[in-house]
Amino acid sequence: MSGGRARIARRFQALAAEGRAAFIPFISAGDPDRETSSAILARLPGLGADLIELGMPFSDPMADGPSIQAAGERALAAGQTMADTLEMAASFRAADAETPLVLMGYFNPIYRYGAEAFAADARAAGVDGLIVVDLPPEEDAELRVPAEAAGLALIRLVAPTTDDARLGRILAGCDGFVYYVSVTGITGTKSAMTGDIAAGLERIRKATDLPVAVGFGVRDAGQAAEIASFADAVVVGSAIVQRIESSLVDGKAASGTVAAVAALVRELAGGVRNGRPRDGGGSDG
Amino acid sequence: MAQPNSYREGPDSEGRFGLFGGRYVAETLMPLVLEVERAWRAAQQDPAFEAALAYYLKHYVGRPSPLYFAERLTDRLGGAKVYFKRDELNHTGAHKINNTVGQILLARRMGKTRIIAETGAGQHGVATATVCALFDLPCVVYMGETDIARQAPNVFRMKLLGAEVVPVTSGSRTLKDAMNETLRDWVANVEDTFYVIGTVAGPHPYPAMVRDFQSVIGREVREQILAAEGRLPDTLVACIGGGSNAMGLFHPFLDDPGIDIHAVEAAGEGVDTPRHAASLTAGAPGVLHGNRTYLLQNGDGQIQEAHSISAGLDYPGVGPEHAWLHDVGRVRYVSVTDDEALEAFQLCSRLEGILPALEPSHALAHVMRIAGDLPADHLLVMNMCGRGDKDVFTVAEALGVKL
Repeated sequence: MSGGRARIARRFQALAAEGRAAFIPFISAGDPDRETSSAILARLPGLGADLIELGMPFSDPMADGPSIQAAGERALAAGQTMADTLEMAASFRAADAETPLVLMGYFNPIYRYGAEAFAADARAAGVDGLIVVDLPPEEDAELRVPAEAAGLALIRLVAPTTDDARLGRILAGCDGFVYYVSVTGITGTKSAMTGDIAAGLERIRKATDLPVAVGFGVRDAGQAAEIASFADAVVVGSAIVQRIESSLVDGKAASGTVAAVAALVRELAGGVRNGRPRDGGGSDG
Repeated sequence: MAQPNSYREGPDSEGRFGLFGGRYVAETLMPLVLEVERAWRAAQQDPAFEAALAYYLKHYVGRPSPLYFAERLTDRLGGAKVYFKRDELNHTGAHKINNTVGQILLARRMGKTRIIAETGAGQHGVATATVCALFDLPCVVYMGETDIARQAPNVFRMKLLGAEVVPVTSGSRTLKDAMNETLRDWVANVEDTFYVIGTVAGPHPYPAMVRDFQSVIGREVREQILAAEGRLPDTLVACIGGGSNAMGLFHPFLDDPGIDIHAVEAAGEGVDTPRHAASLTAGAPGVLHGNRTYLLQNGDGQIQEAHSISAGLDYPGVGPEHAWLHDVGRVRYVSVTDDEALEAFQLCSRLEGILPALEPSHALAHVMRIAGDLPADHLLVMNMCGRGDKDVFTVAEALGVKL
């Protein structure tokens, strides 16, 4: 029974056997405060999360739209540190041995922490994979090497602008799953045509056996269901952190915050589960 | 650290100056950044591009800018012979336009039809909007809401030139946030848009490309000082925020071993306070806006707000080539406070009849500090990289004068 990349692989194998796509919710660690965020995180598997992306807040999230920017700002304003984020991961893992947990963010906080120490501490906290948005393959060796040594999957991103030559290079060092950025844009601001996303996925599938997750432009359960009909995983972030935001009273967590988020996550998870007919379209991931 | 044979050969093929530089951008932008690099290399080999650039620099910008012997200032300081490189006499009043002409000619060559830029004080925004007006290109300038409030005249200038100025309300609402927002625009408009970065920072090839466009400053100084004095200068001084005017002056002289090179950061209210912009003096290496460099940041890797009375130096990072020159020791990085810069601003206005921008007022304050101890035959060249008309409101407020 091992964690890290093995836990991710095991989860995707189990889902392939079930013949459905994974639902991956994203929240920003410490949004709106550490206690509420930990409570939300702990509930996600029970609400239908198959994997979880936990955002590491950064002051300058250049690939994120206003919703996730605001989520990170709330967390930082509440005092969230990288050590807090790793402790949240460890508490989560103590209660859940099966749901893969992936940290997502930007390189500078990792670099300041020290890439080797970070990889080791993240693994020790029960983290399984890393997505670092501003580390293209040209720059990721300094994290990929310690991540591999620690048994963490360094998940790489493919964009609609990625040409075939880059695609090969990206996939050659990708681990865990492939994250397909479905729009040319930042998180949560626009949505791509489903047909275009399917075509993008087709191109990636020809080049790899890794599961492919789709994110950056998935807004609601209906769209999640559409994408789940052909993707291996669907990531929803902005809509969830917007729900956190709208549940706040005077900028603080309210008694209904966790329940409000839970209702949306359940609905999104249902969308993904309904996305693929049982009698066909089994995952090839 | 081992000393290189040449200080002028960077960056390497991955865009690195030693540890610094690189291309830390999202995958969506990587193909664009690589496309800019290919186009820039091709343009450098193309005599027609070179000729067009030379034409606009001469007839539109007004180059070469004079190298002026500041005689009264020299007499007052009682030491080194002080020259000003008069880049404040360029069209739009600063060195910024050397770069915007170059990048927009490149954008046209690449067939891009929309220009975006970030701006802090508004000088780079004005220089970008100006060249966009000249070439009839739509121009969107991102500017922090805080900067919009304190730089109203430049905001209106950009609008008069036909640019759209978009207020940035995220983060600290200043230059670094404007740069984040411009990168977000670029990611969302990859087909038709060219991002004109205003300083020697950002993902490769921008630090090298902006340096090359600004190096016209140092190349002219070389010719002009030889004509005036028959020899090269002994000391070069320039202010540094991101560091484009400094790189432009320094780069052609980096391999001349006898020349002392000083870059002056903004110490704001003091580098021992939280309110300064001295990334090299008081920052630590990190990754932001596409490159690894020295940054003002806390122990958890969160970027901190910079402060300077000069909005043009108010940035928590610095170009990666400066970070490298700092570590190898070729350039000496010092700092000057708001108060020292204000004093230099006033002295220069009275003695030379030149209102310097608050940015080169920092360089001037350092000149005032060192010139008196140098011999009379010591040649010192300072880059007067911008004029101070834009700063009169800020200076009046700092001096407690109601206009």
